[in-house]
Amino acid sequence: MNATGKEAPDGSDIEQLLPWHAAGTLSRRDAQRVEEALARDSELARRYELVREELGETIRLNETLGAPSSRAMEKLFARIDAEPTRKAAMSPDLRTRITEFFAGLSPRTLAWSATAAVVAILFQAGFIANVIVKERPAAGYQTASAPVTTTGEGAYALIRFKPETNVADITKFLELNKLAIVGGPSGGGLYRVRIAAAATPKADLDQLVKKLQEDKIVSFIATTE
Amino acid sequence: MHEPTAQPMQTTSDEILIGRVAGGDRLAMQVLFARHHVRVFRFVLRFVRNEATAEDLISDVFLDVWRNAGKFEGRSAVSTWLLAIARFKALSALRRKPEEELDEETAEAIEDTSDDPGITLEKKDKSTVLRKCLAGLSAEHREIVDLVYYHEKSVEEVAQIVGIPEATVKTRMFYARKKLGELLKGHGVERGWP
Repeated sequence: MNATGKEAPDGSDIEQLLPWHAAGTLSRRDAQRVEEALARDSELARRYELVREELGETIRLNETLGAPSSRAMEKLFARIDAEPTRKAAMSPDLRTRITEFFAGLSPRTLAWSATAAVVAILFQAGFIANVIVKERPAAGYQTASAPVTTTGEGAYALIRFKPETNVADITKFLELNKLAIVGGPSGGGLYRVRIAAAATPKADLDQLVKKLQEDKIVSFIATTE
Repeated sequence: MHEPTAQPMQTTSDEILIGRVAGGDRLAMQVLFARHHVRVFRFVLRFVRNEATAEDLISDVFLDVWRNAGKFEGRSAVSTWLLAIARFKALSALRRKPEEELDEETAEAIEDTSDDPGITLEKKDKSTVLRKCLAGLSAEHREIVDLVYYHEKSVEEVAQIVGIPEATVKTRMFYARKKLGELLKGHGVERGWP
């Protein structure tokens, strides 16, 4: 069948793609379609040669247009120098540094980095789960609607850590302040922690919560029942 | 013994250069300018047909890049972004031109497409006639032919630069080529298409 035989007034789909095929700017899939059509349609192949002629002469025509004089560059940089000094913009610099960092890595390095990141995340998740499970009561089960089990006497708080906090920091924070996670996290990333082993006066609890709030890894903390 | 591995030569990408320009790096701006200014110059020259105006325009284009590099989101290639800015600047410059100047150029364009005493000689040189006819296309057709053939822009990129749907890009290119065929026929070159 002739692909050009029943073309629309503005050319068949394949014929319209010939200029981009000649310039090498088609997707692999479209290039494949054009190649197949060219192989089976001699008239289309003849027209493709016309396209290639046009491509060559368009490049030659543009090359005869010459180049701008050095005046253009001098003018540009004189204008740039006259611009007000730019304040160091943090975000583009950071973005550039990140882009350059990843651009500089080989595909093999990137693959290893990704694997290492996955392992680190799994380890972190396992560690948090372990901390939570260890602090929960050993026996029994609890329905979703049942009130959260507390471990007897003591004072409790709800705490949310800053997103960038890692497991090591959380562990250190819990140990240092003698806290234990007894529940959570809830939907909002809140953990229930025991902040005192025995009943404690409210004034003391407020003082303790205030101190914990000042820690750099704590995003939010408040006493709870 | 550890042997140094051969590293492929790496050119700083346009996107990285733009990031540096956004941070106020003058050297990155020089590299970007050196890399693209000739093509941008030729692109605008085909609109304004005056070298001094075209030089002023590329200065305007790259000053815009210096000022707005931080806003570049990388959704298109840097060269596509440059050509889109250049096109806007060139069309604005044309709108500012006095009426008489435009008329002169229109007359020149008409002369371009007509037959002339040298036509017999030119018939012997198909390439020369083809270039003459390419130069004689309307601004709209010339623009799309240049973007596709010389600036190597994909259908999607041309659509971004010119601001038209991708389907229109394809049909406009088709009609530009059809018109080129008619101009060639007028100059005695029969290609058997359209």
